[in-house]
Amino acid sequence: METGVKKIKKAKLPNRQIRMEVVFRHSLISAGLVVVILVLGIMLSLIWYSIPSMKALGFTFIWGKTWDPVRDIYGAYPFLLGTLLTSFLALLISIPFSFAIAFYLGEYKPRSWLSGFLKNTVELIAAVPSVIYGFWGLIVLVPIVQKIEMKTGILPYGTGIFTASLILAIMIIPFAASLGKEMIRLVPASLKEGAYSLGATRYEVILNVIWPYSKPGLFAGVLLSLGRALGETMAVTMVIGNTSMVPKNIFSPGNTMASVIANEFTEADHTLYLSALIELGLVLFLVTIVINLAGKRIIKRFTNI
Amino acid sequence: MERPVLTSKKLNAYFGSVHAVKNVNIEISANNILAIMGPSGCGKTTFLRCINRLHELTPGATSNGKILLHDKNIYDMHPVFARLKIGMVFQRPNPFPNLNIFDNVIAGYKLNGLKLNKVNKERIVEDSLTKAALWKEVKDSLHKKGTFLSGGQQQRLCIARAIAMEPEVLLLDEPTSALDPVSTASIEELLHELKKNLTIIVVTHNMQQAARISDRTAFFYMGALIEYDNTKNIFTSPKDTRTQNYITGRFS
Ligand SMILES: Nc1ncnc2c1ncn2[C@@H]1O[C@H](COP(=O)(O)OP(=O)(O)O)[C@@H](O)[C@H]1O
Ligand SMILES: [Mg+2]
Repeated sequence: METGVKKIKKAKLPNRQIRMEVVFRHSLISAGLVVVILVLGIMLSLIWYSIPSMKALGFTFIWGKTWDPVRDIYGAYPFLLGTLLTSFLALLISIPFSFAIAFYLGEYKPRSWLSGFLKNTVELIAAVPSVIYGFWGLIVLVPIVQKIEMKTGILPYGTGIFTASLILAIMIIPFAASLGKEMIRLVPASLKEGAYSLGATRYEVILNVIWPYSKPGLFAGVLLSLGRALGETMAVTMVIGNTSMVPKNIFSPGNTMASVIANEFTEADHTLYLSALIELGLVLFLVTIVINLAGKRIIKRFTNI
Repeated sequence: MERPVLTSKKLNAYFGSVHAVKNVNIEISANNILAIMGPSGCGKTTFLRCINRLHELTPGATSNGKILLHDKNIYDMHPVFARLKIGMVFQRPNPFPNLNIFDNVIAGYKLNGLKLNKVNKERIVEDSLTKAALWKEVKDSLHKKGTFLSGGQQQRLCIARAIAMEPEVLLLDEPTSALDPVSTASIEELLHELKKNLTIIVVTHNMQQAARISDRTAFFYMGALIEYDNTKNIFTSPKDTRTQNYITGRFS
């Protein structure tokens, strides 16, 4: 008796089967192409619509300290500064937490009920819509920050760069934490055991073996959270105070590139105003892409060893 | 007979409910090489890892019984002390990839936060590498990463790293199974030199190796110690039929 495989080998492949294969392949390729074209399209339209602003403003757009749509003056410096300040402050605040979580879940206690609970909670942080964080920030954080400001004799706005950074810090913890955890798990057991067998304690193993080995990966996780922080819009817009003044200190109200766009897009009633906002979007887009690519590159190099 | 250096008393080890080492009693005298052999999965590695308390690092792993170093139970010590007194070399060479050869040798000191001055550092590195028969080959490339060395050299580097801590007992888990015959021969020769100052336990899959290098041989089967005697006796007149079968290659 002939087996099924032999039968198929002998029979000619029916046309229908070949046609399906071709259709299938083409639909996969087209779906992929659509996405690539879309992203390129977004970038091209950002560039296209920025042209009026680029022509009119040139580099003063980046370094100009005044943003006054009424007089048609557009300097993005306050928002660049606002974006950098909130993002880096958020990183600074979140790194101790995300690294601690990464070490706990990746090495210290990978399996326990507390770890499971912690892991799910951290994942949940990333899943909560950002408007909720903004809302919570307004109701809970702003009054607390106001109290701190009153005690220290700063104008008690409550909203501002610092409050936005706090919210952002919470929101970006999952990115560095979960990637860091994966990278820490990649440290070969043989190296850890080598260190233990030389009399190292758990802490010494983490400090001298796991940390040097997983440092690039942890750093890449930080870059990814930075990419996330730079572009976060809703929550930041709600608590940052929304002013176009250059922030004087970290408690000043301000704006980020993303929050200006969200706030002013609907009011942009003439071409140059709209174009200036779109150019802001272009800058944000490019910065985020560069940060993300750098992070991915590090991860790739790291996981290829 | 003189007092044993290491004694295991009713030692049992488990992975969860898997009983990997069953009631092992064994005495090892000073400056001897004990070879442990037996088929795959019979608990050789687990037994070795109990001796320097690495076993308990595996999640879900437990053990009971005693391991006496001279007359102190290592299970009553802090594991760090047990591991400082009982060094270990693993099946696959595992030098620290971020450290150069020099720092790999004194890695134990660094890990334990023991400060050494430059002279002592250099003395320990040269001594340990010389004892590990590696000094001549690497003395001009001490600043290179240990991972650039050949497999056999890496394994000797790991031996140097272990003996730099001046342990009383050295455990080796199939130290040559990943190596070529030339490197294997040099490590066997090295063990012969090292036993002048150390007590050595070496797990091996290779019966000729056990016969060549060890003073005494223990045969494990399914987690239990079946037979333990002078190496010569084990290979010429084994008492248990399971030992006989293993030696004559009827199972492996
Ligand atoms: N990490 C582990 N988890 C569960 N069971 C294990 C683990 N390591 C080893 N074992 C089991 O313990 C027994 C002894 O293993 P091992 O000591 O590695 O044997 P050997 O070194 O003689 O080949 C085997 O049955 C093995 O399946
Ligand atoms: Mg083994």
